[in-house]
Amino acid sequence: MSDDQIAVHDPHAKPATYVEADAVDRFENPGLPPHRPRRADVDEQAAKRAERQVATMFTLSILGTLGFLVCYFVVDPELRGSLLVIGEMNLYHLILGLTMAASLLFIGLGAVHWAKTLMPDTEVVEERHLQASDQESRDEAAGILSDGYRSAQLHRRPVLLLTAGGALSLFALPMALQVAGGLGPLPGDTLESTVWKRGMRLMIDPSGAPIRPEQVTQGSVIHVMPEGYVGDTHGEDAPSALEIMEAKATASVLLVKLNPEDIQSQKQLDWGVDGIVAYSKICTHVGCPVALYERQTHHLLCPCHQSTFDMTNDCEVIFGPAKRPLPQLPIMVENGYLVAADGFAEPVGPSYWERG
Amino acid sequence: MTTIPQGAEAVRDRTPTGTSSDDARPSLPPPLVWADDRLGVAKGMGLFKKVFPDHWSFLLGEIAMYSMIICLITGTFLTFWFVPSMGHVIYDGSYVPLKGVGMSEAYASTLDISFDIKGGLLIRQLHHWAALLFIVGIALHVARVFFTGAFRKPRELNWVIGTVLSLLAIIEGFAGYSLPDDLLSGTGIRAMNGFMSSAPVIGTYMTFFVFGGEFPGEAIIPRLYIAHVLLLPALLVGLFAVHIFLVFWHKHTQYPGPGRTNTNVVGFPLMPVYTAKAGGFFFIVFGITALISATVTINAVWAYGPYDPSQVTAGSQPDFYMWFSDGALRLLPGWLEFELWGFTWSFNIFLGSLLLLPLVWIILGVYPFIEKWVTGDNREHHLLDRPRNAPVRTAIGAAAISIYLVLAIATINDILAIKLHLSINDITVALRIAFFLLPVIVFMVTKRLCLSLQRADRDLVLHGTETGRIQRTPEGRFYEVHEDLDAHDRWHLVQHEAQHPLSLTAGPDTDEYGVAKPRGMAFKVRRALSEFYFRDRVDPVTPSELAAAHHHGEAEALPGGHAEAIEEARAEETLSLRSDDRH
Repeated sequence: MSDDQIAVHDPHAKPATYVEADAVDRFENPGLPPHRPRRADVDEQAAKRAERQVATMFTLSILGTLGFLVCYFVVDPELRGSLLVIGEMNLYHLILGLTMAASLLFIGLGAVHWAKTLMPDTEVVEERHLQASDQESRDEAAGILSDGYRSAQLHRRPVLLLTAGGALSLFALPMALQVAGGLGPLPGDTLESTVWKRGMRLMIDPSGAPIRPEQVTQGSVIHVMPEGYVGDTHGEDAPSALEIMEAKATASVLLVKLNPEDIQSQKQLDWGVDGIVAYSKICTHVGCPVALYERQTHHLLCPCHQSTFDMTNDCEVIFGPAKRPLPQLPIMVENGYLVAADGFAEPVGPSYWERG
Repeated sequence: MTTIPQGAEAVRDRTPTGTSSDDARPSLPPPLVWADDRLGVAKGMGLFKKVFPDHWSFLLGEIAMYSMIICLITGTFLTFWFVPSMGHVIYDGSYVPLKGVGMSEAYASTLDISFDIKGGLLIRQLHHWAALLFIVGIALHVARVFFTGAFRKPRELNWVIGTVLSLLAIIEGFAGYSLPDDLLSGTGIRAMNGFMSSAPVIGTYMTFFVFGGEFPGEAIIPRLYIAHVLLLPALLVGLFAVHIFLVFWHKHTQYPGPGRTNTNVVGFPLMPVYTAKAGGFFFIVFGITALISATVTINAVWAYGPYDPSQVTAGSQPDFYMWFSDGALRLLPGWLEFELWGFTWSFNIFLGSLLLLPLVWIILGVYPFIEKWVTGDNREHHLLDRPRNAPVRTAIGAAAISIYLVLAIATINDILAIKLHLSINDITVALRIAFFLLPVIVFMVTKRLCLSLQRADRDLVLHGTETGRIQRTPEGRFYEVHEDLDAHDRWHLVQHEAQHPLSLTAGPDTDEYGVAKPRGMAFKVRRALSEFYFRDRVDPVTPSELAAAHHHGEAEALPGGHAEAIEEARAEETLSLRSDDRH
């Protein structure tokens, strides 16, 4: 017995006792209920009224369209005003929108009202037929396919089928390779490092000023970019707008001064300056900037997916979907200013396969 | 009762008078004769007589269709002004707060559309609102098709096309949402970059190929643009054309009811009723979209500022249709990422994005085939199920929606925490638990509700409606007269089929001689699933059950067993009711 034959509702199924009992003991479909005329079908007054209503709606649409055309030219595009509920807004936009809405809406309402009140509401019955063709058509179709197959001699020369199939399944590869190969450079080791180098000064973003350690007060957070990528970037060897964007996506850093006694990790202390520590701002989850710092708890929170990092414990993850701590940027003091003691020791930003 | 046609009906039924007499035999107008000479269009005019059944829920798909058309119209307008470039410019338009700020050309041109092109903001708002409405329409349409079983044979293929369309629609939405290159949408692209990186083996290559190098690069906006305005719309429109053609080909499904059978369609013809109703509905959808666009601002990109990878705003959420995926990322714990064989396996990201999206749509796409296998039902279905009459399917759908809602709500966990003064950690943990627990509860509750509704239907058929008339028996007892349902009303409640699990229809594992039948593992799995699907079922009332209820009915409800007396009284009452009817 094949699976198809065990069709639950199939009257030929075995054993069929339940199904057959059902088939007999069922209510009859009583057929379409009697048609009930609408007001407009039996009352000329009502029909007239419906006609007037529909015509009024179409007229309102015309008025809406004309209103839009007039307002487009007459109303000042800068016109602003305060409205109940909506609040302060551009009235030009509002007027154009409302007139357009009237122009469209009243066509629709008129047409539907017309259909519901005056067009025939007697339901029409249309027969439908099984989707499957009859056996004769199927046999004929099989014959056509078979004739084609045989007249092309595929039954005698299978090598043609194989080679044609092979050619057809492969011919798109050069096109695919061209487009895939040209889309972008290979990653190489691009993701492993940022523009930070030893001796590069930490600059306040967006002013571009260098930072003295004594400027960094307890509990404050400074958004930092590497020297040359922030502030006035118009010099000879200044980076391009693209390079600046890429640096912002990888090299932006948060500088925080903590009480050295609160810091639990020796490495964190060693890589900072008197409790001033610098951490990558790029979340290790999917790369949003980790922007919310809670001063009391020293927690850093990423607003995208709420990964929470503990500043006093080397930015370990204490909650949320990120796995790895934020990488720390080693810093030191040179000529009175904070500079990077080295680049990041590990790749910043989201995880990726080769990261290891 | 015969009614004399009056009013509009009278006008319709009469041969038109007042105009020329050859109106009685209308002939084709000259342009159509011209067209018919060349194309034979008259032969195809029968299409206008095609019948469509009427139901409000059939309008949900129409909302999606019309919103798509609105998107195509307004989107074409936007391409005249939008510059899909990440080239750096200094803004010098009329929006004062951003004057002198460096930004991409994409963002600057979006500001120009919003502030310097007359009515440009209206078109932008129409485009965004219509896009949201498009996806809302699709979601509701999918739910309608699912809960009514409209995906069953012969429409499985159209269901699959529909699921592909819905996936394309949200990708299209996401691509469009990303184009303005504002701070919010840029953050979305940043997250997308993170998803792609998490893919095992190919992740890094994928991001470098899609972004043309390191994030953000200068390629992603132009590439998303061509996907958004050409590739995806071409696929959407093409598949949509097939989708709607198949609706014509199969003829629309209809809800069960008196006179409606599996072999007919009862409704109104395309000409004139559906032309007016469906055509009118297009204008209603367009008009309401315009009304919303005029009064409610969506995606005020000027308030977010240009994209800067080192900046973000609190409360960053994608558009609603991506909430479930973003929510999954917020719920997945970090320990799902680990290192193995020197490589990084970021399941915390991968599961919620690159795997979740295809998985949801694959499950959706294969459901009809699984259900068909489990029920063994290989017949064509053109009559829809009332959701209560397929309790397990309805419960599965409701459970799936509950999972979706948990994930979607997880996307606003930060907003909830602020608004409700709750701990974000508690909300997240609660949602993690809800992800596993809620679907089970929702499944059980929904199934029970369906079964209860079915039993209520049975009660109504068996006991009839209460008439409010109190009868007194000769012994002085009182009871309320119940009236049988009208055959047309009753049909709604009894039209569905009784269902049977495979364990009943396929017989025992041994034949009549006690020899085991050759049944494999697949059969046993199928039988177990069938049992799960059909176990608690409520069969429709049969005529013999109704007859039995008439004989024993209310008598049991009364003490003392005065059944016969009541039965007599009932019979009289019924007689008098019948004679009332005839007046």
